[in-house]
Amino acid sequence: MIEKVGHSEFSVNEKGFYGQFGGAFIPEMLYPNVKELEDNYLRILNSEKFQTEFRGLLKDYVGRPSPLYFAKRLSEKYGAQIYLKREDLNHTGAHKVNNTIGQILLAKELGKTRIIAETGAGQHGVATATVCALMNMECVVYMGAVDIVRQEPNVKRMLMLGAKVVPAESGSKTLKDATNEAIRDWINNPVDTHYIIGSVVGPHPYPDLVARLQSVISEEIKWQLQEKIGRDYPDVVVACVGGGSNAAGAFYHFLDNKKVQLVAVEAAGLGVNTDKTAATTARGTEGVIHASRTILMQTEDGQIVEPHSISAGLDYPGIGPIHAHLFKSERGTFVSATDDESVEAGFELCRLEGIIPALESAHALAYLKKAKFKKDDVVVVNLSGRGDKDLATYIKYFDQEKK
Amino acid sequence: MNRLDSLFQKKKNNILSIFITAGFPKLNDTASIVKQLQASGADFIELGIPFSDPLADGPVIQDSSTVALANGMTLKLLLQQLREIRKEVNIPILLMGYINPVLQYGIEKFAKDASEAGADGIIIPDLPMQQYLEEYKSTFDQYNLKNIFLVTPQTTEERIRYIDTNSNSFIYLVSSSSTTGKKTGIDGAEDYLSRIQKMNLKSATVVGFNISNRDSFQKACKYANGAIIGSAFVKAVSNSNDVAQSTKTFVDSILN
Ligand SMILES: Cc1ncc(COP(=O)(O)O)c(C=O)c1O
Repeated sequence: MIEKVGHSEFSVNEKGFYGQFGGAFIPEMLYPNVKELEDNYLRILNSEKFQTEFRGLLKDYVGRPSPLYFAKRLSEKYGAQIYLKREDLNHTGAHKVNNTIGQILLAKELGKTRIIAETGAGQHGVATATVCALMNMECVVYMGAVDIVRQEPNVKRMLMLGAKVVPAESGSKTLKDATNEAIRDWINNPVDTHYIIGSVVGPHPYPDLVARLQSVISEEIKWQLQEKIGRDYPDVVVACVGGGSNAAGAFYHFLDNKKVQLVAVEAAGLGVNTDKTAATTARGTEGVIHASRTILMQTEDGQIVEPHSISAGLDYPGIGPIHAHLFKSERGTFVSATDDESVEAGFELCRLEGIIPALESAHALAYLKKAKFKKDDVVVVNLSGRGDKDLATYIKYFDQEKK
Repeated sequence: MNRLDSLFQKKKNNILSIFITAGFPKLNDTASIVKQLQASGADFIELGIPFSDPLADGPVIQDSSTVALANGMTLKLLLQQLREIRKEVNIPILLMGYINPVLQYGIEKFAKDASEAGADGIIIPDLPMQQYLEEYKSTFDQYNLKNIFLVTPQTTEERIRYIDTNSNSFIYLVSSSSTTGKKTGIDGAEDYLSRIQKMNLKSATVVGFNISNRDSFQKACKYANGAIIGSAFVKAVSNSNDVAQSTKTFVDSILN
């Protein structure tokens, strides 16, 4: 069951805030939609009907539980007990589907007939198009015009699955603009439409909703570790953070266990001290993005800055409010990895373990090189997705390396 | 006395408000536009604070924001320009924008500087009422800045009453569930507008979104104290070589 954890200092409070972060900074036009969701999500998520369907689909359709794999050669190299949580083995190739399965069931229960979503890399778009095909629902995915070009295979996958892909032509034409367009669509379609947001971002209750749906990751890690090492928690959990949904899911059941170090790896792009970066906590300040008070990259005048990362899934100028809170309260350890460090870590996993990771997940792996572990430290790295979608980028680096 | 209060005391019908993004189409056009709006008979003005990510706006106002930012407009410069404009303009001026630039400027400093520059109120669509009441109201009140709430066709009667109770100026009736400039005209909004008219709210009401010409302005004024024109006006000055003349032509077409 999805637990109610409203009592934890790291879960959302009744006003929709994590500490000082979160809330629902929405225009009045969105108030009824968001209120409907807020009034119903816990009741639906905790209902037996939802749980039966959700668990059933996660098992038979997604292929859960995802394995917790002891990476022997990686462990030898870094002098620790390193486990990989294999979200890459999920149907559609990433953790994103845990959320879209849950939200489509929620949408059905709310009587919605039309689904909208935003996507950057296309992973969340594909996961949304997939569940819409499964549930026979109309699906519209907003994607930045720039991303449509750089992530073409995923655009084709969404089309094959029956979704309509709408280019976001405003602003910088990437993920933040796709999110703006999805929110505008929701303003214009307040009655029949559910917005499946792809990360722990957006107005309350989305960050909590998505975190709960992704919490299956740490729920499994707990009993898998119990089976393997006779203890139901690791010393360290490492995950990459774009908006922060895979990290929130991997941290969730360890938030209150202070013995577990929670490491969030942001995308440094060309470096945290360059203007081509997506390292939000390193470079950001407090403000409001996509209706949530959090930390974001912005100018002195409060204009939102376009980030850069080699990984389209981490190319977002904010982080979810739960992570802003983990950062500010120092419960989380926030670090970053550059484009180069991450690609290198990706190649290393290929050669040591025979697994091609998503570029996003490669950022989490890049932390291993920077960390100082003790020999028997149990470290779980959340391998949020597989690298098929990133082959073109990897090959480009590979060819350069050979020269 | 707050200029908005005086206006709504004096005038009960056919109040015309015009929205323009500050720093658009050229960085220094705002003063000419605002002066001409007053000369042509607009009753109050909404001055848009340009923002990189205007969630509630359609393409016309989005583009005007992008252009204004590229022109170099900032909130600081906007307030400087407003101070100059106030030397010649005495109709009410509201600042309309998103919460993030205001937070970044600093709430207290913003309220003080905006008030001193001559603003009479603010419309911040993504500052929800609850947050405003809990965190910001006392600051805005201290500087005599009115905060304008929005109501939409989806807003429940109970919530409209709640908004009316907490409002200290007019209520902005959004004509349809949409972003700005999505439709032309307010056909289809009559039932909603007359429903609100019959509620006999204590606050004055002004209709906005999708008012684009004399016809839709007059229709809206049947149900409310006035109406606001945004996207249609922004479009009218967007390619203009003489913004004062374009402004005059536009306002004349609404009022005469
Ligand atoms: C494989 C993978 N990992 C991570 C992310 C980043 O999202 P989040 O931070 O919400 O987990 C994405 C987003 O597209 C992704 O595809």
